[in-house]
Amino acid sequence: MRVGESVRRPDGMPKVRGTFAYSSDLHAEGMLWGATVRSPHPYARIVAINSAEARAMPGVKAVMTSRDVKGRNLYGLEIQDQPVLAGDEVRYWGEAVALVAADHPEQARRAASAVKVEYEVLPPVTRAEDGKVLRHVKIRHGDQNPHAEVVVRGEYEVGMQDQAPLGPESGLAVPDGEGGVDLYIATQWLHVDRQQLASVLGLPPEKVRLTMAGIGGAFGAREDLSMQAHACMLALETGRPVKISYSRPESFVGHVHRHPGRLTYEHGATREGKLVYVKAHILLDGGAYASSSTAVIANATCFAVGPYLCPNATIDGIVVYTNNPPCGAMRGFGSVQNCYAHEAQMDKLAAALGMDPVELRMRNALETGSELITGQVIEGPVPVAELLKRVERFPMPDGAQLLPGGYSNTTHGEGVKRGVGYAVGFKNIGYSEGFDDYSTARVRLFVHEGKPRLEVHTAAAEVGQGVVLVQAQVAGSELGVNDVVVLEADTRVGSAGSSSASRQTYITGGAVKAAAQAVCKQVLDLAQSELHPASELRIENDAVVGADGKQIVSLATLLGDAVIEETREFRPRKTQPLDPDTGQSNAHMQFAFAAHRAVVDVDTELGLVKVVELATAQDVGKAINPLAVQGQLEGGAAQGLGLAVMEEIQVKDGVVRNASFTDYLLPTILDMPPVRMDILELGDPSSPYGLKGVGEPPTISSGPAIVAAIRAATGREVNRVPVRPHDLTL
Amino acid sequence: MPVVDVGRGRVKITCTVNGESRTAHGVWEGESLLYVLRERFGLYGSKNACEQGECGSCSVYLDGTLVCACLVLGGQADGQSVVTVEGLDGAKVQQAFVEAGAVQCGFCTPGLVVATHDLLHRVPRPTEAQVREALAGNVCRCTGYQKIIDAVNLAVG
Repeated sequence: MRVGESVRRPDGMPKVRGTFAYSSDLHAEGMLWGATVRSPHPYARIVAINSAEARAMPGVKAVMTSRDVKGRNLYGLEIQDQPVLAGDEVRYWGEAVALVAADHPEQARRAASAVKVEYEVLPPVTRAEDGKVLRHVKIRHGDQNPHAEVVVRGEYEVGMQDQAPLGPESGLAVPDGEGGVDLYIATQWLHVDRQQLASVLGLPPEKVRLTMAGIGGAFGAREDLSMQAHACMLALETGRPVKISYSRPESFVGHVHRHPGRLTYEHGATREGKLVYVKAHILLDGGAYASSSTAVIANATCFAVGPYLCPNATIDGIVVYTNNPPCGAMRGFGSVQNCYAHEAQMDKLAAALGMDPVELRMRNALETGSELITGQVIEGPVPVAELLKRVERFPMPDGAQLLPGGYSNTTHGEGVKRGVGYAVGFKNIGYSEGFDDYSTARVRLFVHEGKPRLEVHTAAAEVGQGVVLVQAQVAGSELGVNDVVVLEADTRVGSAGSSSASRQTYITGGAVKAAAQAVCKQVLDLAQSELHPASELRIENDAVVGADGKQIVSLATLLGDAVIEETREFRPRKTQPLDPDTGQSNAHMQFAFAAHRAVVDVDTELGLVKVVELATAQDVGKAINPLAVQGQLEGGAAQGLGLAVMEEIQVKDGVVRNASFTDYLLPTILDMPPVRMDILELGDPSSPYGLKGVGEPPTISSGPAIVAAIRAATGREVNRVPVRPHDLTL
Repeated sequence: MPVVDVGRGRVKITCTVNGESRTAHGVWEGESLLYVLRERFGLYGSKNACEQGECGSCSVYLDGTLVCACLVLGGQADGQSVVTVEGLDGAKVQQAFVEAGAVQCGFCTPGLVVATHDLLHRVPRPTEAQVREALAGNVCRCTGYQKIIDAVNLAVG
């Protein structure tokens, strides 16, 4: 099991057989079910809560409100501004107000609906333009009064997307009888959950222990707390294990979404097609609470012009509080919204110049040593032009399996026009702006049933991406031991940071590598002799071998009963805060790039779109597991397609209108075309094995390429995503 | 109106699950087959992703017919035979899903495995169009579906 091999997932067989335990599959003797009372108003004052009727209902063991919060009733990833149960006011539709625990889930649901909450309804703020500023990021780079020969302007709108992981928010809290609690949970970051829970529950962190349960996808939706505090509160109150598992409609209000945005851009260029300046105003609606909005807006602003050299930039990125659903992390994290805008602008500029859109992009492409609009000089491979060249070079698909409308048979080809579009995007990997980014790994080597076994223990969240496999491959590569076991993630080991920002393979991979190397050094020190100094030894195939590759001693013999254990923290290069006035700084650690070409067929009479093919090229630095990397490129592109032509949470007057899989449309196997791909492994000199984060770039430029293709097919401006049939027909 | 105690349900369900006779007592009339399988029989392999028949993650056989267990009342399974992912003779399909890289988070996988099993039973050598049509009711959020098509092709052999 080595780095670079497409080895199969250790959790694969349990998952296909249905025996893998996800957070909603947990059960304990005497377990109660929790249910949540939620606000029917986007903004209201809570006048009174009467739970007498609910408490008297059959099977009900507890009803809790904000008064029962023992610790500080506020949590949040960046700013602690969100109550676990609303106190005086509710600030968004669906906000949690009270909790119920009962023997049967239906008893709990019925009791929840019997909790009488008296509200004084207040007028909600539902337009981002009217919102209170949460963070304003400014970039002032180069000449602030530039002049250009060719100028194009545009205003773009991006709808609110949902991560829609298939596994609902769920978990099991088990009281320990001594005032503490064990929580089995699906989360992207165990330790930051624990930190917030300890504060809310009023307990020291060691009394709140978290163990990762199986995670049914995440994509940003599991960064914030959802039912964690609620289940723990009910368990501590009743002294019984409590399970909470959201229904799909509840899931839609139980986690944050991708920020909807309005983006106003002006690009200036020379007649030869060199960018002179970009001015942009980016307004994102953060909703009722901060979540990770302050980091999302930093990304949206820092990467506002795309992967292009732009000597002069004036960018204002603003995220506001409203009474809309809270928004936060979703795959792409601020670099998705702006990519729709900067790529539409590049196409517009190409049209104004009479230039090929790919040619224009290549002329302005970032290169190694280029300066970003934040003043940071970008190091390592920067293959923007190369990626574009590669996607352009792919052969074009000829036919199409399905016409727009698919099996609805709405056209036999009449009115159908084909279009081709290109887009390229980039974003940061890992945390930015000086945030301490690190992961912890513990590696143990011992003899098990006569053979050496390597145990790897981290708190890294296996959200589906395959980090469980990455850890085994890294440890196996460094130590040459065949039997590698990755232990379940929990809080008995130090923090791994979150499975987000495309960082986990890099950072936890780096920690496992460091711990494995430390174990290796101990083994070689143990094995060395005058004849064989440690510097000439290595471990291969469960044995210590010499410079000539010949076995000196088997690990089983060498170790005997000894256990060698090492724990290491790994930190990548430090980043710096953004200058508050100019946004100039080395704020980011690593950058990843991808390009997409989309081919679409549009039924121009009905406004129906069929994406015929996507093609992509991405530099992954080094593919630790090529099969898993392909899966990231395909799956990420599907989420990009979703936002481009299907997915939008419809919010009217602060109320979500389509909180179900019936009404929120996800791409199916009929919607998603094949993805041609070129995976480049150019090797980042500063990262473990030269790898780059992989997960997010596929979600950034896939959608903008589809929209560019729709523009090419229809000749329409199409300034809003998702593109709706009436945008193409009326 | 008297309060109904759903915790003291009146329905008794006896059915064959994966070849074994199983009985559940005191079932509330509103419990879905999915709930009965998961919470009363401890068969958590059928998944609860949407519980409204849109995502296919709870696909099981009910008397040989592919159904969404969330849309079937528990009581409707009385006297019937249910096969879930845990009892499927689906080793070939299951192995193919792992080999092809069609499993990421895996929450959709049991449903896809059962649906693929059903497709290959009906159509041993499906075209790609037939595969796409047959699996159109199974939502996967991780893979983008290409590896799932690869898995079906691998299972066909």
